[in-house]
Amino acid sequence: MSEKEIKKISGLEDLVKISEKLKSLMEGKTVISICSGTGCKAYSSDDVHGKIVEELQKKIKESKTNADNIVIKKTGCHGYCERGPIMVIHPGQTCYLGVKPEDAPDIVESAINEKVVEKLLYKDENGSSIEKENDIPFYKHQQRIIFDCNAKIDPYSIDDYIMIGGYQALAKALKEMPPDKVLSEVKKSNLRGRGGGGFATGLKWETTKNAAGDTKYVIVNADEGDPGAYMDRSILEGNPHSVLEGLIIAAYTIGANHGYIYVRQEYPFAVKSIENAIENAREYGLLGKNIMNSGFDFDVKVHRGAGAFVSGESSALMAAVEGNVGEPRLKYIHTAVSGLWSKPTNLNNVETYANIPHIINNGAEWFRSTGTPGSSGTKIFSLVGKVNNTGLVEVPMGVTLRDIIYKIGGGIKGGKKFKAVQTGGPSGGVIPEALLDLPVDFDELYKAGSMMGSGGMIVMDESDCMVNVAHYFIKFLADESCGKCVPCREGLRQLLYIYERIINGQGQVEDLKLLEDLCILLENASLCALGGTAQNIVVTTLKYFRQEYGAHIYYKACPAMVCKPLIRYEISSDKCSGCTRCVKVCPVDAISGKPKEAHAIDQSLCIKCGACMEECPEKYSAIAKSTGIFEYEKEKEAVFADKGQ
Amino acid sequence: MESTIKHEESAKSAVINKNINLFIDNKAVPAGSGDTLLLAARKAGIHIPALCYHEKIKPHGACRLCIVEIVKKGKSRIVASCAYPAEEGLQVFTESLKITEIRKHLVELYMALFPYNEEIKALAKKYGLKETRYHKENNYCILCGLCVRYCAEVKKENAIGFIGRGTSKKVAFIPDSSYFKYCVNCMECMDICPTGVFPSNYGIERLPQTSDF
Repeated sequence: MSEKEIKKISGLEDLVKISEKLKSLMEGKTVISICSGTGCKAYSSDDVHGKIVEELQKKIKESKTNADNIVIKKTGCHGYCERGPIMVIHPGQTCYLGVKPEDAPDIVESAINEKVVEKLLYKDENGSSIEKENDIPFYKHQQRIIFDCNAKIDPYSIDDYIMIGGYQALAKALKEMPPDKVLSEVKKSNLRGRGGGGFATGLKWETTKNAAGDTKYVIVNADEGDPGAYMDRSILEGNPHSVLEGLIIAAYTIGANHGYIYVRQEYPFAVKSIENAIENAREYGLLGKNIMNSGFDFDVKVHRGAGAFVSGESSALMAAVEGNVGEPRLKYIHTAVSGLWSKPTNLNNVETYANIPHIINNGAEWFRSTGTPGSSGTKIFSLVGKVNNTGLVEVPMGVTLRDIIYKIGGGIKGGKKFKAVQTGGPSGGVIPEALLDLPVDFDELYKAGSMMGSGGMIVMDESDCMVNVAHYFIKFLADESCGKCVPCREGLRQLLYIYERIINGQGQVEDLKLLEDLCILLENASLCALGGTAQNIVVTTLKYFRQEYGAHIYYKACPAMVCKPLIRYEISSDKCSGCTRCVKVCPVDAISGKPKEAHAIDQSLCIKCGACMEECPEKYSAIAKSTGIFEYEKEKEAVFADKGQ
Repeated sequence: MESTIKHEESAKSAVINKNINLFIDNKAVPAGSGDTLLLAARKAGIHIPALCYHEKIKPHGACRLCIVEIVKKGKSRIVASCAYPAEEGLQVFTESLKITEIRKHLVELYMALFPYNEEIKALAKKYGLKETRYHKENNYCILCGLCVRYCAEVKKENAIGFIGRGTSKKVAFIPDSSYFKYCVNCMECMDICPTGVFPSNYGIERLPQTSDF
């Protein structure tokens, strides 16, 4: 498919010509697109790909009719990571889930004969198959604008991107729109930064554009460090040119000739993908001197992060690109005015840039027709945790959490009860069941005490302890804080001490007040947003799940039975048959007992690994986990009234 | 644009260009363009506590004791006065209710970190804090970075640096064990340390060598 004879694209006509030509080449072909996102790769989608290629070659050798009509494509992430490896066969959109290498002969055979492999299709709750990708509930309730192209193109082929209309927005901007017009379009679109803060992108561009100085920079922030969030990685891996196109348009608007893409160290495939995209774009004259004969010069470098979460903060990121320690600085003079090497610098998130080509192609009005008045467009969330369908979902802003979790996510795993959803990564908070009908946009989540963040969404069920969850995030932040300012460094250190006390059963009544005081300090006195938002998880867990803190502190009980120091395993002497299986499996020899006699656990030795409980045969079920929860349930109300809670 | 924040050094040498008027605690205060709020306040005789500030070094904003409340376009904001540039007509409050509350919490945190500093002692007394509720740290360095920044910016030696991050951040000679390779032994970092215990960790001879204070 390489169309290398056309080099140095000079404008929209060239792009349209190439696109038409490539499309005509693909006409009548059957495309097997295999997801090669990191999630599917982990499910060995590369093996599936290899096997399918092998199988197809066999068929071509056998000179089967139609076999040479099949094209195999390795694409980026399709989003439905729970059921990987995923495969979609175009043009029919037949979607296969959980494909294994041994399914390859069936798939190739049926593709040649234009048939369907029934066993690989999605089965709904009644057991009937759904063939088309868009009819599967996980996809049906989404509105995929940014993510749509991921499943259609080979991320390593610039031709594929051009075929689906890529770089036409850039051509339009360079040839038909003066920078001011691009800016006003972006401002009108009401696009807000997808990295977390939700700052108006147009305003940011305007400040950088109007800032004094000839040298300006544009930067892509791909330092996606939130636990459980991976949408930026999937865009960079699956559709790097869309980010690049957005970046070039931003540079043109602002008047920057140099750009950086800051990708975190942990994303080797994203780095490879974007570096390849940059190289291809240079070959086609879409980067470098005099882009598309417009007189505009722009080039970009990839900077790999060194693994610090805090480097996702704009001023810390710029310090890191300069070669300094990634520490935030005081930003009373904005980075838009004095950023990288003290020059005006515009920094946006990966997803923000990926939105730009769509806005230029379709107009601000079109963009604003999706979403809420305050937050327009769509947002990609990474839906993870105790939900049936984990993966990346793109929905219009304003969709309720309930729709995302139940309609798209398919509800809670194992029929358990929903407890909370944690949004926005470590900077966000938890949202309880009572607020599930909250429309998801920047402002509503903020009002609930959480934030959109970059779009992480961790679903938790009744078996999660909220005190433990808060402890996890505080520990994460204490490790990842840069340690520069006292409220953040020392405040997080003290928060960690308090949480460790509480989950070890040494919590005091006064600790709740201490937590609250530290939250006030962190929110108001921290230097950057890492400290400023660190309190969200503490405040929201305290607000919505205070009784769990109460149980830990007053009753030394963990209602979800997660905090190890507060739980114990006991063998019921009535039920135990003395089979000694638990005695053998105990790693610390804490269980005593002779064959045919009831066993007992020495609590002073027990490390609460739970191996005995798993080992105990179901017919006996002699081992039970307890935490004093029953006592707690009974007396809860009286005591809480007593303590003035 | 970096030069918008001038340091006292240059502010002193030029006969101060007092072309900005702002209000600190409702008192009209003149300031030179490029002065920070802290500098303007100190010149007007208003004390704002600060531990990581030094007139010869660029503002760092780490100790957070110098926080003040500013009111701009009807909106209140908390900023570090050591770095916030003076603006015409700006309303600054160094002791507002909010600032007092936050600084009090901060002082309590410092009392767990390093209670022996005179500024911390005075503030604790002022806020009526006798004992801290927090876990006491056995760590004498408050990581204000004065030694590191003084060595880099004033002495231009870069013999000291930070290592680690988050709660395990430390000050160390570079490389840790052979500091004299870069250190010119000016000992000025000792005088600048707000805790007064800086050198002993590194076995510098001016103070008696003890592992415990």
